[in-house]
Amino acid sequence: MSTDTDTESRSRLVTDAGYIAGAMLLLYIVFLILGTLQGYPLEGIISSLQRVTFLVAVYGLAVLALNLHWGYAGLFNIGVAGFMAVGVYTSIMLTAPVGASPPGLGLPLPIGIIGGMLASALVGLIAGLPALRLRSDYLAIMTVAVSEIIRFTYNSNTFSQYTGGASGFGSIPPSPIRELFLQDASSIISEPTALGAAVFGFMEFPGIGQLEIGRALTINIFSTLLIVVVLAAVYLFLVRAVNSPYGRVLKSIREDEVAAQSLGKNTSRFKLKTFMLGCALMGLAGIMWFGAIGQSSVYPNAFRPEITFYIFIALIIGGAGSNTGSVLGGALFAGLLFEAPPRVATILTDALGVTNAPDTIIGALGPIASGQLTPMLGFLLDNMSQLRFIFVGVLLIYLIQRRPEGLLGHRSEIAAATDLSVRPSQSKGGETDE
Amino acid sequence: MGASATTARGRDLLARLGVAVTLGGAVLLLIDLLAQLARVDLWIIGGELAFSQLMNYLWTGLTLGLIIGLAGVGLSLTYSILNFANFAHGDYLTLGAFSGSSAAYVIAGLGTIDLASLILVDAPASDVGMSVTNTPVAVVMGLVVSIVVTIGLGLALDRVVYKPMRNFEGISLLIASIGVAFILRYLAALIFGTGRRGVTAPNEIPSIPVLGVNVNAHQVTILVVAVVAMLAIHLLLQRTKIGKAMRAMADNRDLARITGIPTERMITATWVLGSGLAGASGYMLMLSSGGTLGFNDGYLLLLLIFAAVILGGIGSVYGAIVGGLLIGITSRLALVWVPGEFGRPVAFGLMILFLLFRPSGLFGGVETA
Amino acid sequence: MSDEPGPATTNIPDDVETPDELDPESHDSAVEEAAKRTPRGIPLRVDGLRKEFGGITAVDGASFQVEAGSLTGLIGPNGAGKSTTFNCITGVHTPTAGQVQFNGENITGLEPHEVANRGLVRTFQIARELEEMTVLENMMLAPKHQRGESVVRSVTPGLRRDVVSQEEELREEVWEMLEFFELDHIAEVEAGTLSGGQRKLLEMARALMTDPEMVLLDEPLAGVNPTLEEKLLERIHELREDGYTFLFVEHDMDIIMEHCEHIIVMHQGKVLAEGGADDIRNNEAVVEAYLGEDVS
Repeated sequence: MSTDTDTESRSRLVTDAGYIAGAMLLLYIVFLILGTLQGYPLEGIISSLQRVTFLVAVYGLAVLALNLHWGYAGLFNIGVAGFMAVGVYTSIMLTAPVGASPPGLGLPLPIGIIGGMLASALVGLIAGLPALRLRSDYLAIMTVAVSEIIRFTYNSNTFSQYTGGASGFGSIPPSPIRELFLQDASSIISEPTALGAAVFGFMEFPGIGQLEIGRALTINIFSTLLIVVVLAAVYLFLVRAVNSPYGRVLKSIREDEVAAQSLGKNTSRFKLKTFMLGCALMGLAGIMWFGAIGQSSVYPNAFRPEITFYIFIALIIGGAGSNTGSVLGGALFAGLLFEAPPRVATILTDALGVTNAPDTIIGALGPIASGQLTPMLGFLLDNMSQLRFIFVGVLLIYLIQRRPEGLLGHRSEIAAATDLSVRPSQSKGGETDE
Repeated sequence: MGASATTARGRDLLARLGVAVTLGGAVLLLIDLLAQLARVDLWIIGGELAFSQLMNYLWTGLTLGLIIGLAGVGLSLTYSILNFANFAHGDYLTLGAFSGSSAAYVIAGLGTIDLASLILVDAPASDVGMSVTNTPVAVVMGLVVSIVVTIGLGLALDRVVYKPMRNFEGISLLIASIGVAFILRYLAALIFGTGRRGVTAPNEIPSIPVLGVNVNAHQVTILVVAVVAMLAIHLLLQRTKIGKAMRAMADNRDLARITGIPTERMITATWVLGSGLAGASGYMLMLSSGGTLGFNDGYLLLLLIFAAVILGGIGSVYGAIVGGLLIGITSRLALVWVPGEFGRPVAFGLMILFLLFRPSGLFGGVETA
Repeated sequence: MSDEPGPATTNIPDDVETPDELDPESHDSAVEEAAKRTPRGIPLRVDGLRKEFGGITAVDGASFQVEAGSLTGLIGPNGAGKSTTFNCITGVHTPTAGQVQFNGENITGLEPHEVANRGLVRTFQIARELEEMTVLENMMLAPKHQRGESVVRSVTPGLRRDVVSQEEELREEVWEMLEFFELDHIAEVEAGTLSGGQRKLLEMARALMTDPEMVLLDEPLAGVNPTLEEKLLERIHELREDGYTFLFVEHDMDIIMEHCEHIIVMHQGKVLAEGGADDIRNNEAVVEAYLGEDVS
């Protein structure tokens, strides 16, 4: 029977992996086209694919963590940004060199990552212990307040000798890939290690004329792959965690906490544990997102509540309650809603030959009266970042009104470690047959 | 046997302990405040605090508190009557501030300055020279326009976004309101730009010293407008039929549950009152903050407004006003003890304490489940 | 359930079972024997229970007890305090005063899950099925002490084997229970799509999956059509023969009179009368309380 179950869940994993691969393929095609249209060199296009992959992976991590809170246990946590901040700040403080300014403890990276996750879980415990008793809208207000208090604290001048204050924590240690590939991880032009030399040599693709991937990009690509591995590990961890009696209890808390209690489930304990676990994963997402690639500092203002809302929107796109949906939602949001629009705007501006677009909306409205639409278009393209937010808002309202189950439609992921539909009479019948 | 009662009693005890610690802390701070004023040092308490500095904190806290309180009335009403936490409420303030400033600029600068830059609140503040003493009509009309525009906005948004969702649960509405917040905030950014600008005439607002505090004309305006608005709200809720119905509905969720879904008429009245007050608060926020205006202003105030509403008790109109004053004054008075950047966190902290130990607020009878 | 033989199909080969056709004699005799050996206990004792909500007294010093293995009815006009009494017993509300004892233990003020874990479970007046979970998930949620409720055990490769094997055992029990309640044909649909009557059945079946000693049924027949009603009552009787104790809140006097051996009448938060069907029918206070309603 357990083999039945394994094949069943394995086949679902394969289908879901197919979905994710399909989404990534779509994104890569979109960005290949965008890069070609913009006349990027091949290395530039590959760099943009690397960036998209990175964003997809870090969004995936954060959305998965939120899905555990909201999708499974119904815990409406809108303080995600704060928990990510605690994770990345703690891990950097633990691992930054002792002599740096602000100084770190110079501990090895694994300890930094575990420490960051524990710190997030601890903040989750302190906030959750009292807050989880509250109604979900109160929990929402409280978590966003906690997240802002965290941001203000990291931002404050008072503690800037430890946190770097508003100007950020500037001594992020180099990524493990750099350590692996370079003899002096802090310098990109230092002598490569044996492994590094081999990889760098390979990435220059001597056989293919045009394709030559430099050291910096190579390191970024491998660091991104490392994050993708982390994402895969977290995904598998969560799939196992919720396809179980534990997942059933979480779902029951989301559906009707009183009913769950009346069946003997200590819902407060489940909620607190789950809240801490989710916070730890948010901390991990924060570390991967803000402490890993392309950043030399981490700034408190990266953790405004907006980023929490992005993660929420990604989850709603993918469908709350589904781990695969979480990853897909993260991918679609990061790729199509976050990264693509500014690129599209640039391409359109060039293609339409819009020059001297008006600075203000009134300057853009005027020419419309005389039948000229280009200035307005130019104005809108110039303000793509604002338009993007407006579109995100419209999409959010549309989804919650019309498709609350997510863009992908209703997915039922049964919370069980076995295939529940196997009837005992059937299995017994099978035994007597043999 | 004992386990049973212990958990229940334990929780009770914890709650009481929390309240006791909070009150004790408050008393300690009060003693410290007096000691600081008297310039005495007693172990950890005491220090130096100029009386005028204290009065300045209280006065700026009061004006901020009035704004938060008025904005809170609207948030509290929509929260209890429509049953959701409106995360776009802060952005209603922003829209009120921009529309009001725009109208005031047009009136103050018409004929002398380019109309487009007036409409977009883009003209140099010193050229327009707007202040309640220089251009009283413009300032008052700005207030009126901020109220009218925000009411229109509130009703339009209700029609498009919230009306189709009448039977949705609170969290869905909350999420929709986050969408509305994004739209409003970045619409303001798109139209008016993302830069922060000065609106009122710099250095031209007369002020008089009162008890060591420079009280300026715009702060007095805020005080007057707020008091008039509060009286109007009071009369509306006590004397008119719809007002009484709203109060009953807002104060008592059980009643709301029994009588079922509020009538469309009452919902309209709620949005008119709530949005109008939000618009006015946004406009006054612009006046209070030294006449500066940015597209994030209302949103940045949102959590403080929530704090006020929770302190006062969700659904309580008078509670929201008192809560607003408490939050406003706390966030300023906190600066006696903490650096300036922690004024806001302290106010949030106060809200969190209330959520934990008295979630029904000072005036509320609303239960938590 | 685990130590209960249950209406299993094993001893009746080739039977597409409906429980009506099952011969319950074996259970009967077992219960009877057990009854002879041990005197009937009093699992539930409610003493001077009082609950006020902001000045309104919903329960005003109610005292009663329920005998082991009985089907006891709790009736009373609207607002008599029946549901509040249930809520106080099961920990949903903390009583203002008074005591609730279960198997000699004071359970007053315990959390709902603590009460349930002591073997006293309930159903709700308005069924609280978990709508977006399938019937099977609803059922599988209920059993106590599931190893896989720990994240660590569910995730760790070696330990997960235990989780899976326990779930496989529970799955069998769940299917048996679903068959007993004739819900097996809808086992894989989401509970939100069930009819009102099916929800009531599911809630009761789910409560039984916690392996309780005593079940409090809050209007289990409300909204149930007459055919299903018959079936549900039949189930309750069968289960009682299996040794369960039931306390049964019902609106319909006739049903209580017909099915319950012991009846408690509440009125204005107090226990007005107690006894067998005939005692209640002839009790003047009861007749007065139900003035206008058909008692006899």
